[in-house]
Amino acid sequence: MTSPNQHQQSAAKPEPTRALADRLCDWVVTVDHKKLGIMYVAAGIIFFVVAGLEGAAMRAQLAKPGNDLIDPATFNQLFTMHGTTMVFLVGMPILLGMGNYLIPLMVGARDMAFPRLNAFGFWLFIFGAVLLYFSYIGATGLYGTAAAPDVGWFAYAPLTSRTFSRGNATEYWVLGIMVSGFGSITTAINLITTSLCMRCPGMTLMRMPLMVWMMLVVGVLVITALPVLTASQVMLLFDRQLGAHFFDTEAAGSAVLWQHLFWFFGHPEVYILVLPAFGFVSEIIPVFSRKVIFGYPLMVAATVAIGFISLGVWAHHMFAVGLGPELNAFFAASTFLISVPTGIKVFNWMGTMVGGRIRFDSPMLFCTGFVAMFVLGGLTGVMLAVVPFDWQLSDSYFVVAHFHYVLFGGVLLAIFGGIHFWFPKAFGKMLNERLGKATFWFLFIGFNLTFGPMHVMGILGMPRRVYTFPPDRGLDLWNLISSLGVLVQCAGVLCFVWNVILSLRKGKPAGDDPWDAWTLEWATTSPPPEWNFDRIPVATSRRPLWDQKHPEDPDWKYE
Amino acid sequence: MRLALLSVIVAMMCSSSSQGATDSLVVCLPDTTNNMFEPVSQSAREIRELSWLVLGICAAIGLVVEAVLVWSILRFRARPHAAKGEPSQVYGSNSVEIAWTVVPCVIVFVLTLATVRTIREVELTEPPSGALMVIAIGHQWWWEYRYEAEGVVTANELVVPVGRPVWLTLLSADVIHSWWVPRLTGKTDLVPNWTNHTWFNAEQAGIYKGQCAEYCGTQHGGMFLRVEARAPAEFAAWIEEQKQPASVVMAAEQGHQLFTELACMNCHEVVGTSDGTFGPSLTHLMSRSTIGSGVAPLDRDTLRLWIADPSNLKPGCNMPSLKLNDEELDAMVGYLLTLR
Amino acid sequence: MLLVTESFFFASFVMAYIYYIGRSASGPQPKDVLELGPVVGNTIALLASSITIIPAVRAVARGSRGAVLAWLGATIALGAYFVVGTGLEWQKLMEEHGLFLGTNLFGTTFYSLIGFHCFHVIVGLILLSGIWLFSGCGLLKPRDGERVELVSWYWHFVDGVWIVVFTTVYLVGR
Repeated sequence: MTSPNQHQQSAAKPEPTRALADRLCDWVVTVDHKKLGIMYVAAGIIFFVVAGLEGAAMRAQLAKPGNDLIDPATFNQLFTMHGTTMVFLVGMPILLGMGNYLIPLMVGARDMAFPRLNAFGFWLFIFGAVLLYFSYIGATGLYGTAAAPDVGWFAYAPLTSRTFSRGNATEYWVLGIMVSGFGSITTAINLITTSLCMRCPGMTLMRMPLMVWMMLVVGVLVITALPVLTASQVMLLFDRQLGAHFFDTEAAGSAVLWQHLFWFFGHPEVYILVLPAFGFVSEIIPVFSRKVIFGYPLMVAATVAIGFISLGVWAHHMFAVGLGPELNAFFAASTFLISVPTGIKVFNWMGTMVGGRIRFDSPMLFCTGFVAMFVLGGLTGVMLAVVPFDWQLSDSYFVVAHFHYVLFGGVLLAIFGGIHFWFPKAFGKMLNERLGKATFWFLFIGFNLTFGPMHVMGILGMPRRVYTFPPDRGLDLWNLISSLGVLVQCAGVLCFVWNVILSLRKGKPAGDDPWDAWTLEWATTSPPPEWNFDRIPVATSRRPLWDQKHPEDPDWKYE
Repeated sequence: MRLALLSVIVAMMCSSSSQGATDSLVVCLPDTTNNMFEPVSQSAREIRELSWLVLGICAAIGLVVEAVLVWSILRFRARPHAAKGEPSQVYGSNSVEIAWTVVPCVIVFVLTLATVRTIREVELTEPPSGALMVIAIGHQWWWEYRYEAEGVVTANELVVPVGRPVWLTLLSADVIHSWWVPRLTGKTDLVPNWTNHTWFNAEQAGIYKGQCAEYCGTQHGGMFLRVEARAPAEFAAWIEEQKQPASVVMAAEQGHQLFTELACMNCHEVVGTSDGTFGPSLTHLMSRSTIGSGVAPLDRDTLRLWIADPSNLKPGCNMPSLKLNDEELDAMVGYLLTLR
Repeated sequence: MLLVTESFFFASFVMAYIYYIGRSASGPQPKDVLELGPVVGNTIALLASSITIIPAVRAVARGSRGAVLAWLGATIALGAYFVVGTGLEWQKLMEEHGLFLGTNLFGTTFYSLIGFHCFHVIVGLILLSGIWLFSGCGLLKPRDGERVELVSWYWHFVDGVWIVVFTTVYLVGR
């Protein structure tokens, strides 16, 4: 619990007159959505480094065939913790945290609807995260003490039953995720209420920035999908602690039930992660293309459509389970269908860029990289929805490549874009542009080196989650390239961390509106005062600041 | 910058197509690949056809989209001495937006039809006529194969006749596993309390490999699949051989005695001696060519290493070390070597 | 306050989902140990409590303390009757039929589903009792009407869930 705070500490503006303890206390007791947002993001970045190191350790083990750097039990813990951390302790907090920071500013509100609930949610999240990682010290597993969970991030039954997962490491997984999940639910309720009820005068629903729309849909998905995870985790806990039989296959319980429940949560979860990223990109691309977003109403419609359809595609993770031809065909069709609104978004972003005057500052670089990579991830997703293709490639490295193109090439690049874009707003200082560009190129190239070859590894028959592979299958070279790519990525992350530290100390002052942008968060000072706006702004159109800057050609004429 | 990703696509396609072109070479070296694009059975070939179609469509879309992206990056990047002021603001265009909604819908429709068609051809609900029926049972971390009609039980190495369809009934003794031999057919899970089927017909003699594709615990990575397709006559001979009871060789009596005195027989079946089912049947152990579900080739040395402590070869596996001394080890290995 | 309403509205979604899950799991094993008689009594009590809470809420808005105490008291009594009834049913199931959480799938799903619902009834009872006490001490003002109304929404929600649970477990599942 102390580490994120220490990080906050360095992030806080130095005020030499006040004691360290005082300032620390400020951050701990705060209910300010901006401080909470920054703490979310900082905690997320710390966990990103941790989970990234876990991933790097796995790649080190897989650099050559038959390697015995890491034993199988440890390897299984590594990929479980890597996946769990990246999804629940990196993606969720950073995205929800940035939503937390930005939504009230974007809708012209003074804070979230329920500030105290917001703080409560954050500390729940931290507690859950610490609980999960405490397993490295406190849990007992199959091979004795200090055993992290090793059941995989989707924890398929009956591998999680007492018979096959001895000790209490799985309890740590369940409880850690459950507690941080409660935190996410409170945040989601907050986001929904804020964007529906705290909008400033003039900001109708159809004038909300796309980012707000997407966070609204994300909020709805969180409160529909996460409780299902919580419920199934409660069942698992009943099974393990009270002798119930939900997933006990020896007493006619069902192993497939867990999969249905988990993926009913798990697939919307992907959109919970990717929609905020869409939101960042939808804000950043127009600003740097110097053009209004292309087809705003269609973007909104596509967002809502994705939200709905994502609740009906979960079994495409289960094509190999043997659900029967009819169900497989149905879920293939629904999965194809979701690619339509997703494609619309990509086309609209490109439509925004076409005819623009594009400035390639680092946020825009990240967003362009996002579009390029996300298209690839999306297309491999379409391939995997083709059921027979999936029979060959599900649970292979092809899938690993696919979801890293979506989550790393997609979500993470967008997150970096968002951080580079809004950092000046949050801290009043610019990030170093050269380091920013270096971060992008290292990450982009390293990412493609690491995850591009994984497509081929999957096609060549390498299943995921194996701790080693035999030398006679043509996999050696691809694995080696993939592992070397990690080094390049590490360089990128180092650039980023160095950039943040450097810029916090002596970054150029940013001014209120460094990017010449149009949404309301740029109408206040950088960093914004605790009350956000001296006078509650009025939204005259979708781009209130455009109207101010171009009174001769205001936006509202075109609504 | 787009070059990097294009080269990834191209590399991916080249690697699969070039290996497809050298089919004949691959037959000579069946151990070298598990490539799903080199099918040797009808269902795997149907999957390949569809996969090429889908890969083609997706690659085309990908190329077009990325090309447009590159074009707009190059064409519309801000130039230092361009005109000041903002570019003209285009808020959208109904016709264009309808176009890029409808076109993907059409593509999606085509993909759905193609998918459904292949599903119907590959996912059979009844065994094909004349099929060899085999029950495959997944265990942590090995495979049990039962030829019920023939009365044969073996482990880890599935032997099948060339040309005859094989209908596998997939069961699990513990957690979820997945049966995946890419060149024969796509994967199907083995789920406890839930019966699945898959089928394939090997068209060429050879050894086809794969491995468990659903995470199933510590040694998930050491749970290899091996299917050996033999000519029908050879297959029949193999069946006859497997039906024999375990051989009894007087010279190996000391090892046999150890086997019965120690815990071995609780888990392992040797017809005529023991009937354990927790571990693989050892009745015809030496007719197999690998040990530990494919983690090592089977010979005197690896066998000795394995008996001394299985975690030498497969750390974390469920068989305990029996802590035998050198003399006992030799006797035990000597006995097991007679189980042909 | 509208906001609070909304958050409750969404929180109820959350809970609805939990119940939905419990339900899908309860399908497989119908057994013949459940008796309709006492459960119908419980059901009537709970449904009636949902009716008695309406005049209670109105009374709060009007500020008539006596009516609040009476109607709210009735609601609490009916709710308590439901909880005690369920407790007796469970006792019978455990002692006569030997059905526990770990007995079989039916026990697993039955106790967790009914248990989760009952837990929510108890939470509602605690809230209502709190209001009743506040009212008794004269701390309840008409402007608190909206808050009380939220609690009543929660109560209606729990009631609605029971209708679903009852239908699933005792009518369809039996």
